[in-house]
Amino acid sequence: MGIRFVLMVNKQGQTRLAQYYEYLNIDERRALEGEIVRKCLARNEQQCSFVEHRNYKVVYRRYASLFFLVGVDKEENELAILEFIHLLVETMDRHFGNVCELDIMFHLEKAHFMLEEMVMNGCIVETSKANILSPIQLIDKAS
Amino acid sequence: MALSGMRGLSVFISDVRNCQNKEQERLRVDKELGNIRTRFKNEKARFYFLAHVGLDGSLCDCAFECGEGLSPYEKKKYVWKMLYIYMLGYDVDFGHMEAVSLISAPKYPEKQVGYIVTSCLLNENHDFLRLAINTVRNDIIGRNETFQCLALTLVGNIGGREFAESLAPDVQKLLLSSSCRPLVRKKAALCLLRLFRKNPDVVNVDGWSDRMAQLLDERDLGVLTSSMSLLVALVSNNHEAYWSCLPKCVKTLERLARNQDVPQEYTYYGIPSPWLQVKTMRALQYFPTVEDPNTRRSLFEVLQRILMGTDVVKNVNKNNASHAVLFEALALVMHLDAEKEMMSQCVALLGKFIAVREPNIRYLGLENMTRMLMVTDVQDIIKRHQAQIITSLKDPDISIRRRALDLLYGMCDVSNAKDIVEELLQYLSTADFAMREELSLKAAILAEKFAPDLSWYVDVILQLIDKAGDFVSDDIWFRVVQFVTNNEDLQPYAAMKAREYLDKPAIHETMVKVSAYILGEYSHLLARRPGWNPREIFNFIHEKLPTVSTSTIPILLSTYAKILMHTQPPDEELQKQIWAIFKKYESCIDAEIQQRAVEYLALSMKGVALMDILAEMPKFPERQSSLIKKAEDSEADTAEQSAIKLRAQQQSSNALVLTDQRPANGTPPAAQLGLVKVPSMSNADQSTSGQGLTHANGTLTVVDPQPSSTPSPDLLGDLLGPLAIEGPPGTAPQSDPRAASGLEGGVNLDALAIAPVEEQTNAVEQIGDIGEKFRALCLKDSGVLYEDVYVQIGIKADWRGHQGRVVLFLGNKNTAPLVSVQALILPPSHLKIELSVVPDTIPPRAQVQCPLEIINLQPSRDSAVLDFSYKFGTHVVNVKLRLPAVLNKFLQPISVSPEEFFPQWRSLSGPPLKLQEVVRGVKPMLLAEMANLFNSLHLVVCPGLDPNPNNLVASTTFYSESTRAMLCLMRIETDPADRTQLRMTIASGDPTLTFELKEFIKEQLISIPVPSRAPAAMPPPQAQPITPPIPSSDPGAILAAVPYVPASWEAPNDMMQARAGGVELEYLGGFEVLIFFCTN
Repeated sequence: MGIRFVLMVNKQGQTRLAQYYEYLNIDERRALEGEIVRKCLARNEQQCSFVEHRNYKVVYRRYASLFFLVGVDKEENELAILEFIHLLVETMDRHFGNVCELDIMFHLEKAHFMLEEMVMNGCIVETSKANILSPIQLIDKAS
Repeated sequence: MALSGMRGLSVFISDVRNCQNKEQERLRVDKELGNIRTRFKNEKARFYFLAHVGLDGSLCDCAFECGEGLSPYEKKKYVWKMLYIYMLGYDVDFGHMEAVSLISAPKYPEKQVGYIVTSCLLNENHDFLRLAINTVRNDIIGRNETFQCLALTLVGNIGGREFAESLAPDVQKLLLSSSCRPLVRKKAALCLLRLFRKNPDVVNVDGWSDRMAQLLDERDLGVLTSSMSLLVALVSNNHEAYWSCLPKCVKTLERLARNQDVPQEYTYYGIPSPWLQVKTMRALQYFPTVEDPNTRRSLFEVLQRILMGTDVVKNVNKNNASHAVLFEALALVMHLDAEKEMMSQCVALLGKFIAVREPNIRYLGLENMTRMLMVTDVQDIIKRHQAQIITSLKDPDISIRRRALDLLYGMCDVSNAKDIVEELLQYLSTADFAMREELSLKAAILAEKFAPDLSWYVDVILQLIDKAGDFVSDDIWFRVVQFVTNNEDLQPYAAMKAREYLDKPAIHETMVKVSAYILGEYSHLLARRPGWNPREIFNFIHEKLPTVSTSTIPILLSTYAKILMHTQPPDEELQKQIWAIFKKYESCIDAEIQQRAVEYLALSMKGVALMDILAEMPKFPERQSSLIKKAEDSEADTAEQSAIKLRAQQQSSNALVLTDQRPANGTPPAAQLGLVKVPSMSNADQSTSGQGLTHANGTLTVVDPQPSSTPSPDLLGDLLGPLAIEGPPGTAPQSDPRAASGLEGGVNLDALAIAPVEEQTNAVEQIGDIGEKFRALCLKDSGVLYEDVYVQIGIKADWRGHQGRVVLFLGNKNTAPLVSVQALILPPSHLKIELSVVPDTIPPRAQVQCPLEIINLQPSRDSAVLDFSYKFGTHVVNVKLRLPAVLNKFLQPISVSPEEFFPQWRSLSGPPLKLQEVVRGVKPMLLAEMANLFNSLHLVVCPGLDPNPNNLVASTTFYSESTRAMLCLMRIETDPADRTQLRMTIASGDPTLTFELKEFIKEQLISIPVPSRAPAAMPPPQAQPITPPIPSSDPGAILAAVPYVPASWEAPNDMMQARAGGVELEYLGGFEVLIFFCTN
């Protein structure tokens, strides 16, 4: 099934966005987020971007104060996911212009819209930034 | 801007952001939830109506739309707040209906919010989702593209079986439609993938394979990306049906690799959609081979280009993207079993990767090299990189270390086993705890699989136990015992090694077990060497006895029995020593130890009969190593099977099997052994305790002393089963208290981590008064400790001296299971309590039994607390119960004659050994009632000792580890005119005991139940009693209100005077205590 979840977490470990592609109840989510955030945030720049946790592999990338964590199956191509994170960031950059943590926080719904255009049911659905952003532009125009 | 319009939401988000701590955040969130709830409540009646109408889908839409009350804008705002709160980790258990209702809003912004929030908050089994199924379908078949996209995404993310059945045809139509735009079709493809996973029948294989091939001709890369994911799901299920897709995949790959017809938007840092390339190569790995020579040639051309043409570039993103493609290509090449040349090219590349500094590439190099091992025969080339891989085993990054460990494990064979295992052993001492267990299991397996000689194997396992005893499961040491037993050449060597390790100052308990076992069996082979005579060996092992836990003592007892048997001619001194030990354990509370002690004693007295029964163990039958089984089990994965894994599973493990040598002289054939059977007594024991006492640890537990039936080697083999390492894995933790407690600790941490802060506990009504039940159980040994509507906890106790065995009966009263069951014992400092493993789940209407072993270390009135919790439905119930392991349970009645009593009483003169107190506020009772109370507390009232009929004198023996058995004497003087007061005198040979006993009895006599005490605080043992002691010189003055002191009770005064005169206290009979009650 590929991607199991996408998390955006800041340096303090606060979740800024959480999208799961398999159902976990709130307790399981909290436990999982707590554990992997603790694991990933403790790592340094010289270490690789992959962390094995339970039956997931977490591919993560840090942008300033924000960590992007993507949980995938053990079989997934890690580098492809790593660059997918970057694609997501570039897409947000294109929309917000120099995206920062606050943009994601205060425009949570937009971050969700973008992600929804990019990933569906754990699979990558679109990688063209123009296509990803077109529904959002539609709404912006409408309002 | 959608959100800038929602000021309330922005304000809320800022508020939460400005919270200084979690507590403030929670308050703010609670306030907001309350606010949203109130807003929604006004519409509640309407929603009930809707819920009913809604089940009949057709009416539901209009019902949604005709709603008044909250405007769509307000709903949208509240629903986003809910999602935000949910993301912060708070449960949002209301408002789902409002989110779902937005789906049917006519305008795009509201509808979009409805769809997105619904797919975040609900799962496929949620009832409300069914309400929306019709709206969703209308959107899918409607003309509005954007609505179609939203609906398809929702179904693609959370659609269940019901959706699959009703929507699959519509979704397929959209996917194949030529009039539909790509933005809809790409979503339809992934939506269909979801529906197919929910119900594979919705995709009709016959008709679909051609259509799938057609889809792969798609020019739009978005649709192609989604379709490729769909193809992966379909071929992983049934590749036969989709052969026609194979050439199309190759074509797609060619198109991308040559960068033909790839729009700029899909080019990522100059690389044509790396994600689609990866996905396509992934799909190709599900076909077993590529048969068509043209297709094969084209494919290999592309792969060759990727392998050769990927250079390291400066731009990180470009580099990552091109290497993502490269690694996928490597995997595909390995899968296709390409020509030798291409394979060595791959290994060369990987060899380069595992040596680079860039951690991601190194990680992936190691990972892919491991995969390569599984599918092809390139071990020799990989072995050249061994030194490099070992370097990675010491990398500061745990992710890389794990990969290196896996690779070393995979590449190990006879030629390099010694080096690799030694590396692993060396690394073991510095490895982090998270990896030690895996590391030791892997080292043990490798040593077993590839041992160049068996003595090396023994060395490795003993080193393992020495370096990481806590992480060495019982399986591992059982296995080494099997090897030694089955290989005679190995036995003297193993015995020597065992002795060497035993000689070390602080060794792990597992080492004691294995060494004692081996020495018991084989030390006699070396008996002629200096320092190896039986008595020396015995003393050597016996030194360790005080340091071990109850699970090891049985093994030591067996060892002693064996040593005794091998001592020829008999050594009387040794025999006396060993018999004394057996005798000591004859009354041990642990049934296993007791049984062995009793039986070995009886057997060893039989002399010659012992020879046969305690002879060396026969050889074990050949069996597959359970270690390897264990390792295989842990690799089992539920995820979609990859081609690599499928192939890897076909490779069988070829572990060293136990060699079955011909029986040599001196080994008694199995036929000479008596038929082994578990006697009925032990059966009874097992059935009462329910847990099955651990018979595991590696000796013949019980032997029928009269071998009458026909011996059968097979039967013997079977009965020996539990001591072989194939014992059910579940029993291992039980026999190892360390492992068990470790496990428990882990569970707790988890539980803590996920326990929601605001979780409600104890919403369940208790049946009966806990305090009442506790008090009743203080006086008797079985009964109900706790009961509520879901659970009943019964208790049954058996007390012997300073030890006790308590069985908790946890009964589930319902037809549903109780989950997350946890029982923790918070013991006070004076009790040592061991609780066996409590199962996490109690099945419906079932009862589980949890035995507790209790050892009383010193006198104290504190009681242990059982912290019991479970979950039933949404209820989390947590209760703290006092366990009736109270002072009087360690008393044993003893009646004393006047001749014994008076000298004792006199010798215990005054504080702190003898204390006297006037107790007021006593629950009024008749003298006979009081005598009964004392008797039920195990204080025997000795009539006739005190001539005054209003006085009671009682005695008892108190047991604890520090005091051993100690006599206690008590005298109570009552006042017939005022039954609410009395004077009490207690005497014993231990000041703490006297004080604690006095307070304990006082608690029993005073009517107000004593509030539950925290188990922690124990009164300072040597401190002077809190109650001011009555001045010894003038008891009469104090007793003014308690009229009468009989003449015969001059004795106490005498004693006190004696003490005043400096007479030494005399401890009675070494360790006895007296209690005395004087009444008036």
